[in-house]
Amino acid sequence: MTGDIAILGYGLAAIGPGIGIGLIFAAYINGVARQPEARGVLQTIAFTGFVLAEALALLGLVFAFVFKG
Amino acid sequence: MSFTASGSESFEAPGTADLWQPLIGHGAFAVTRPMIVFAVAAIVISAVLILSTRKLTIVPSKGQFLLEGSYNLVRNTLGRDIIGSKDFRPFLPLLYSLFIVLLVNNLFGVFPIIQFPTFSRLGFAVAVAAVVYVTYHTVGIRRKGLVGYFKGIVPSGLPGWLIPIIWPLEFITVMVMQPATLALRLFGNMFAGHLMLLVFTFAGEYLLLHSSGPNKVVGVISFAATILMSFFEILIEFLQAYLFALLAALYISSALSEEH
Repeated sequence: MTGDIAILGYGLAAIGPGIGIGLIFAAYINGVARQPEARGVLQTIAFTGFVLAEALALLGLVFAFVFKG
Repeated sequence: MSFTASGSESFEAPGTADLWQPLIGHGAFAVTRPMIVFAVAAIVISAVLILSTRKLTIVPSKGQFLLEGSYNLVRNTLGRDIIGSKDFRPFLPLLYSLFIVLLVNNLFGVFPIIQFPTFSRLGFAVAVAAVVYVTYHTVGIRRKGLVGYFKGIVPSGLPGWLIPIIWPLEFITVMVMQPATLALRLFGNMFAGHLMLLVFTFAGEYLLLHSSGPNKVVGVISFAATILMSFFEILIEFLQAYLFALLAALYISSALSEEH
């Protein structure tokens, strides 16, 4: 079996953002469950955080292709 | 990536090069499949929107109900709730076009015969992200003036000595990271999903036809996974269209807001 180590590296790099996004949405669901009327406000905050965390995974995706042999 | 089963030709996993298949011509100016798909999407969207809004009734028909649902989603949850009831009206055409164009183009990824998400090409994703980029900077600068706009990108109430540290970071975020991630998120999701379906389909075909013994069972499982993943893809494709419009609204609202 042959392949490229950069792709494996991206898999490892995606772990962090994966955990981060999980935590953000866990907090969002918690917040909405406790106070359903705050959904609109919380949604904006949750997606802002989600965007920042996902940016890391996207940088990883780009670098996986940049450093590919 | 390649993989060899017992005693037959080796299996080459489809890579990025397999997705570059120009229809007419070659090189930088070839007519490619995403161009045709995008043109088809434009015609379909125009036809559906014009034909179904020609006879509007107070008690909506099924088609009108669906369209009004999609419009209400954009108008209420994206426009009014995020940009705010004061300023959201001028941005509705942009937000709704973004949402509907992305939705139709993404759903073409699993639509039989076409089966190609246009935004799995980076160029298309960059083009729609550029529209949003120009829009939110333009409205921000128009509202607050050039100096006020760039002064306003740091959060208010920050201690004075922190501002020279935070301002470059925020500047890079607003000028580079926001548009880059906007384009890459859409591209990455569509591209990865499309490639994933391709890998499962080709692996299923290879295991079923070119290998022996228990591998054939795995081939059947691989085809079943393709079907399952297609439904998963539909969800992702809808979510990405919604998320793109939501982020466009978010960026516009943060460019317009008085205190960051």
